[in-house]
This record gives sequence, C-alpha cells and structure tokens, in this order.
Amino acid sequence: MNSRVEIDADPSATAPASPAPVLEVAGIGKDFPGVRALHDVSLTLRPGRVMALVGENGAGKSTLVKLLSGIYQPDAGSIRLFGKPVKLPSAAASARMGISVIHQETVLFNELTVAENIFAGHYPTTRLGQVDWPEMRRRSTEILAQLEAYIGPNVVLKDLSIASRHIVAMARALVGDSPIMIMDEPTAAMSHREIEELYRIVERLRAEGRAILFISHKFDEIFRIADDYTVLRDGELVGTGAIEDTSRDALVTMMVGREISQVFPKSAVEIGEVMLEARHLSHPTEFDDISFQVRQGEILGVYGLIGAGRTEVMQAIAGVGQRYDGEVLLNGETVPQGRADKVIRKGIVYVPEERGLHGAVLQLPIYQNKTLPNLGAYTRRGFLDLAREVEHSREYARLLDLRAAHLSQEVGTLSGGNQQKVVIGKWMMTAPRVLILDEPTKGIDIGSKAQVHRLVSRMAQNGLAIVLVSSEIPEVLGISDRILVMRAGRVVAELGRQEADAETLVRHAIGVN
Amino acid sequence: MTEERADPPADLPFRDRGRLAGALLRWETLLLFVGVALFIFNALATPYFLNPWTLSDATFNFTEKAIIALAVALLVISGEIDLSVASIVALASIAMGAVAEIGGPLPVIVATGLAVGVLAGAVNGVIVTAFALPSIVVTIGTLSLYRGIGYIVLGDGVFKNYPPEFAIFGQSYVWWVISFELASFLVLAVLFAILLHKTPFGRSIYAIGNNTLAARFAGIRVERVKFLLFCLSGLMAGVASVMLTSRLGSTRPTIAFGWELEIVTMVVLGGVSILGGSGSIPGVVIAAFVMGLITFGLGLLNVPGVVMSVAIGSVLIFVIALPRILAMVRR
Repeated sequence: MNSRVEIDADPSATAPASPAPVLEVAGIGKDFPGVRALHDVSLTLRPGRVMALVGENGAGKSTLVKLLSGIYQPDAGSIRLFGKPVKLPSAAASARMGISVIHQETVLFNELTVAENIFAGHYPTTRLGQVDWPEMRRRSTEILAQLEAYIGPNVVLKDLSIASRHIVAMARALVGDSPIMIMDEPTAAMSHREIEELYRIVERLRAEGRAILFISHKFDEIFRIADDYTVLRDGELVGTGAIEDTSRDALVTMMVGREISQVFPKSAVEIGEVMLEARHLSHPTEFDDISFQVRQGEILGVYGLIGAGRTEVMQAIAGVGQRYDGEVLLNGETVPQGRADKVIRKGIVYVPEERGLHGAVLQLPIYQNKTLPNLGAYTRRGFLDLAREVEHSREYARLLDLRAAHLSQEVGTLSGGNQQKVVIGKWMMTAPRVLILDEPTKGIDIGSKAQVHRLVSRMAQNGLAIVLVSSEIPEVLGISDRILVMRAGRVVAELGRQEADAETLVRHAIGVN
Repeated sequence: MTEERADPPADLPFRDRGRLAGALLRWETLLLFVGVALFIFNALATPYFLNPWTLSDATFNFTEKAIIALAVALLVISGEIDLSVASIVALASIAMGAVAEIGGPLPVIVATGLAVGVLAGAVNGVIVTAFALPSIVVTIGTLSLYRGIGYIVLGDGVFKNYPPEFAIFGQSYVWWVISFELASFLVLAVLFAILLHKTPFGRSIYAIGNNTLAARFAGIRVERVKFLLFCLSGLMAGVASVMLTSRLGSTRPTIAFGWELEIVTMVVLGGVSILGGSGSIPGVVIAAFVMGLITFGLGLLNVPGVVMSVAIGSVLIFVIALPRILAMVRR
C-alpha cells in the first residue's frame, strides 16, 4: 500500500529546509458562555514533523483539537489546509479532508473485531454492495504490519490490552491515509513498554511524511519525540518554536508564568486542631498510600494533573467513590466507607467537579437542590417544611450573591457561575466541619471565581477545615496554607505556603526535577 | 438560555409572579379539560349516563388499576418501572384462594394477599438494585414468572370458596353510590400525593429520577429508595388483588391479565415522564378518570374489547410521542 502523502502545496512556499505547511491555523478563537477558551491562537503543521502541544489543564489544548476535528466551530480566525482556506463543519468533514484524530479515550467498539474497528464507517464493499471481508482482513493485517503490530484482524477488541487498542485506533487513522494526525495524550493510560512502541510508530509516521500534532504534558515524551512545540496558557499562545532551541525550564516557565493577582488571598486565620485525617488510603488501581491532615481554619490545596488520582481519593472519602484500604478520621473518629449519607451527617461534604453530573439536579428548582443533602433538617413530623426550605435557601442565595429570577427557577437555566453558587451553597447549608472542593472554579467566569475564593476563605475563618482540589496553579498558590502535589495516584510532595511556587508545583506534578 | 437579573437582588422571590398562563398550560389542567369533554360526550351519547348508579358502576372499571398506577407512577418518576404488577395481582389472588380453600379466616386471607404482593415486589426490588439490572427487563421476567407460578398452582382450575364477608372489599358501598373501592382509591391517592409531594422520601424520588448520580452524591440512598418503591408497588398490587378477587368472588390464573398495559397508560397519560424525573399524583388521578371515561364511552358505543385495546394502545403511543411532536412543531 502506498502511504506516501502527496502534498498539494503552493510552489512558491516550498523550501527544502522547511517543507510547505499542510495545516495553518491563524488567529483562531473560541468563546463559551462566560469563558474565553481560545483567543488568537496560531499553529502551523509541516509534513514529516511532530509538533508538541503543551499547556496546563484548561489551557485550551482540547478546545483546539476539537476545532481541528470539526467538533467545535471557531468564533474567529481561519484554518488553511494545503494552502487553501477550509471550514470543518463536522468530524466527518474533517476526516475526509485528511485530519485524523486519536482521542485520549479511544472511541472504538469493544464488541467488534479489530478489522471491523479499523474500517468502521467505511467498509470496503464488493460489487454487489456486500462487505468485502477478505479485503478488509487483508488490508487490516497490512496496516497493522506497517505499525509493526501483529494483532490478528479477527480478534475481538475487548480481548486486547489498552495499548493494543490504541494501536488499533491508530491503524484506523491510517486507513484514510490522512496526512495530518492529531494524538490527544495517547500515552496517558500506557505502560512504559507500550509507550516505547508508540514512539516507534510515531517516528515511522513522521518518516512517511505525515504531519503530527502530539498533545502531552509529559516532558520526557515531548523531548523524546517532538520536533516543534507550541505552548498554550489560558487559551492564548505563549510560545512556539523548535524543540532543539528550548529547554525544559523554558517550557515550564511558559506553561505557568502568569500573575497570581486574580486570586483573592486567604486572610490570616488561627489554625486549630486536626479535623480530618487520612491514613494510608490505598486502592488497587486508583491511588496508593495517601496520608494527610487538615486542621480547623486551614486550607489544604491539592494540585496535580488530570488523572493524578485526586478526585478518586476525595470521592472515596466522601463515600461516593471506590472503597479503600486505610482509614479516614474526623476529629479522631473513624469515618464510615461507602455511605455518603453517613459521611455528610458526620460533617464531611464533597463539592464535586462535575457540576451538571454530580453537583446539581439541573431539572429541579434552586431551593430543592439546596436542601437535598440535608432533607432531614427541613422535615417536621415527617413532612417537608417548605417555609423553612425557602427561608434557608434565600439566606444562602443572598450570602453567595446568587443571580436568579426566583428560587423556583430550574438550576439548569442558570449560568455556570450561578449554578456553582447553588452547588457550593447546598453543601454549606449542611453546616459541615470539613469541606472538600473539587475544582470549584472550573468553567466559571472571573467574577464568580473571585466570589468563590472569598467564600472559601471566609469558611476557613469560621473554623472549617478545607481541602481544595484544583488544577489552577494561581488558585492553589493564592489560597492554600499547605499544598499536596499528586502524581500517578501518589502524594509526591507536600509544600508549605512559603516554599511553594508555580514551577515547583509543575515539576512535582509532571515528574521533572 | 440564561434567565438572570442584572442587579444583585437582596431577596429572591420564591416563585415567579403572574404565571397564570403557565398554570393553565400544565398537563394536569389540559387533562382535566379532556376529562370534562369526555364526560359531556358520554352524557350526550346516552341518557342513562347521568344516572348516579351508572356513574358508580363505571368507576369499577378503573379503580383497581388506578390504585396500582399510584405506586407505579412513583417508580416511573424514579426512573424505574414495574411491568409485573398484573401478575402479582394474580399471584396474590391465588394465594388468597388457597388460604380460603383450607378455611382460613377473613383477616388471614387479606393479610396473605397483601404479604404476597409485598414479597413479590421485594423480589423485583432486590433483583433490580442488587444486580443493577434494568427494571423493564427484570419485571418482564417476573411478569412471566409470577403468572407462571399461578398456572402451576391452579392449572385450569378455580378457587371460589371465599367467605361471604370477603365481598365487602369489592362489592360494598361506604355511602350512597360511593363504593368501598372508589373511596379506598381516593384515600390512597391523597396518601400518595402527600408521600410524593410533601415528604423527604418523595423529594428523593424526583432527585433520583432526574439525576441518580447527583442524588447519590447528596447522600440519598438510591438503592434503598428504589427497593422500597418496588415493595410499595407490590403492596398496591396486593390491595388491588383483594378488591378484584372480592368483586369477582373467584380466582382463575388469568385474573387481571394484561392490566400492565392500562396501568402504564394511566401513568403516562397522567403526565409522568416515561424517562423519569417528573410527574404528579393529581395528574395520575385525573388520568385514571379519563381512562375510565374512555372505556365507558367506547362501551356505550358498543365497541368490542379488542378494538378497545387498540384505542388504549393508541392513546399510550400518542401521549408518549406528544412532547416530541410539540418540540418538532415549535422548531
């Protein structure tokens, strides 16, 4: 099979040292209600080169990938393919024009065979319109051989390892002979040996003259495999160039170098007794030997990259996640496992990251959401006390400056920031002793962010012990008394307020020292 | 998308004012108008309809089913369903018949019916919650299972040795034309409305039906609530079984055959979303009367039973499709 890529390029731009770009993104922008996801970002991919796309969580990498794969439409800027301006109205259109994407979580069919997966959507057919199975198997074997992977085409996908499935996903991307390949953190779930295998494949694809966009926040990998880099921060382009002209330190600085002024700093609070203590929490796959303490009035920041296991630990403590080995103590008493109701009654509440999925019942009115975790407190002789529900909800709406038309409004009709105020408010209304916040300012506007920070600070003042899980470095640095850094399910560092800075956090989180 | 005020309100009102139009457009209100229209139609179609005793007789068509529908409505709002209710009626009836055969006293007969109902519901509940299986499949299975047990026990025989006093549940009147059945239904409807709309338990049913995960995160014991709802559905099937058996005075294995269709229709017609999360008891009560009026009207027109089930099937599909149709028209 001929997998060489033919480039229909503008001849005037052709130069031997730097081949004509296959994909040029210029000044692209994307806004979501209340959030600017991407602003004026440009990116150029050239054949035979691997471009690393680097940035913190929420820097805009995924948004860019979704724009290139036709899932989102840009609000500004242009995309040129082989020198011609194009629109990518859908994922199918993007694939047809030669951009194939290997997503972080591979989108494959577990119950189908390898060959069926590779050709899903464009099965080869015989003249009678039937699926040409022999041809499909033959070409699957051929493509897999190109990838130096010897997986039988008739194996059912669910019997393969995660890494082999990634190879199948890649084979699928090769079917179309796409000149442009986007890989969204392909190594996130792979073992060391599997990663090496993937590198070989990437190198092979590069040698064939494909342009590759490789999204990663693992520095080892970037320096091992990429030719060029582009760094995004807060949806903006902060740097781009050749890998050989930069260093790890320079990249880290580009990723995090930002002022911390947007964060409302925590006011000085007297730190009291130990309130929550986790002792050697372990789970076979999600987290390992997690121990920490949080005191009254203290804010413990928990930083790490996505997939570091922070959410899993906190949900386990809250009684809504996995069961664990080890022990959680509140004020010296053991906290029961697997029973959110008991954990809440003890005084530990968890404000989840996924607002619409875990935090709020979007279809129910504001006041009903707010009283849900503690319905017992609004019950008199077995019946709900509506007056009390409304009164208490109104009080917290005022406290959190909730903007809504009325308390019976469905939460789903509010903006992200106001939904978050409902969610935080509903947990505050249980009068907790420990508050665990998971990414409390994710996806909300700057104004609401500042209000959330002020609120968290005030709750610490009132003697609550607070755990703040956040991927936003300024937030973690600005508001925490101490910071835990997690990587791959373990606590890799515990830093005091004075010793912590952005670079140290990132270094620990990505494992570069 | 967002509906917010720009200025920071000191105090949020509880409810939007001036929503009369909204209240008028509520499903329950529309249904009530349909009911009134059907009533007028029936009154014009036959001179006998407006006779109190005719009306009273007409209620026997639906009260037993409506009692079950009250409990099934709660299940559907929670995102589950129980299709085995008619088979539970049969199983409970057969158990009562067997107790009556060996000369069991009245309280024991009734207690047996109710206990078998709760037990059968509990079995559904355990299977659905302990193995996290879809209730629609589980209860289709138990629909067949419970009915099958009835056939094994009774074959093509009949139990009819009920004590004479047993007749009070299905054949007596509490006051003038108000039957024991109708009175029981109305009392139960009030109790269910209170349970669903005024208690923490009812509130958790809505939360679970709309977002099971968020309910779980809020500390609601989702499995426990669902298990209790299946028990309740079984209990109401037991209650209906007592009334039906008493009214008929005998038990055959085909008793209450196919009732689940009409019960689910009542629930959905009452405005309960088949996807879970919304619906009300007043809606289900009005729907029960509307269904009663439809079957009575068709009966007056001498429509045969087979055609009647065509009509009921059509109503069910139309009501389920209605929100989609409205959404399409609006677009």
